[in-house]
Amino acid sequence: MDISLQHYLAVAAMLFTIGVFGIFVNRKNVIIILMSVEMILLAVNINFVAFSTHLNDVSGQLMAMFVLTVGAAEAAVGLAILVTFFRNRGDIAVDDASVMKG
Amino acid sequence: MLQGLAFYLLATVAVVSALLVVTARNPVHSVLWLILTFFSAAGLFVLLSAEFLAMLLVVVYVGAVAVLFLFVVMMLDVDFVKLREGYARYLPLAGIVAGVLLAEMIMVSISVVQGGAARDAASPVPAGPDVTNIETIGRVLYTDYVYFFQAAGVVLLIAMIGAIVLTLRHRPGVHRQDLAAQANRERAKAVEVKSVTTGQGVTPEELL
Repeated sequence: MDISLQHYLAVAAMLFTIGVFGIFVNRKNVIIILMSVEMILLAVNINFVAFSTHLNDVSGQLMAMFVLTVGAAEAAVGLAILVTFFRNRGDIAVDDASVMKG
Repeated sequence: MLQGLAFYLLATVAVVSALLVVTARNPVHSVLWLILTFFSAAGLFVLLSAEFLAMLLVVVYVGAVAVLFLFVVMMLDVDFVKLREGYARYLPLAGIVAGVLLAEMIMVSISVVQGGAARDAASPVPAGPDVTNIETIGRVLYTDYVYFFQAAGVVLLIAMIGAIVLTLRHRPGVHRQDLAAQANRERAKAVEVKSVTTGQGVTPEELL
């Protein structure tokens, strides 16, 4: 059982696909959509780190760190928007978001 | 052998819990499965000898972001059953898109690996006895990537300010401490001397 680069790429591809799948099937639930986005970012991170290890270059790990930073910031702002949206409308169904006004 | 076993275990747990994140009926369970996914991914990072990132993932995602999600899910009083409407309707389309995407990505991965992206350096980073993973990262991060590092800090600052501005709300009727008003309060404004006739007293209305 020799674990090579392909194995990690396959896991990352599966996580990415599940993230996209989650966005499609939970079109109304913003919380699940945000979690799916986090999962997609995680898949990207796994790709970065796998290539970083197999190419003997630490830059990939640094990029993964920056992706992590931006992901955390995105989650914070996204959830803040969600809380504001809920306060204004009393619901978080995003398919009604097209009627949102200033 | 042991490494292979660990990889398959962690990868299976990660993928299965990721599937449960998007299919769980209760969003609280979704968040808990998300925590498990991140934890397994941190294990995969350890296998890839990226220990610092693994610990970062546990601290930042499991410790902060997932708990933030948990707070929001539990704080919002939402009818989650209603939000699942249309789940079955979107399922076929989502399955097709996901399947095509997975096939494409696996094909690209195979062609990249066979084409030689990793051919030159097929061996993993050797765990040097004197240079640890975190030391390697530090040496590159604070030299070549110092501007990116600063930019990451600015991104976090802006996100923090944005989240505060979005969720801060001033309720009317809440008493706040006003230090200037307290310090400027004088005897003339605070105390009133009334001359009261003996035996009459003062009614509360007169005092206000």
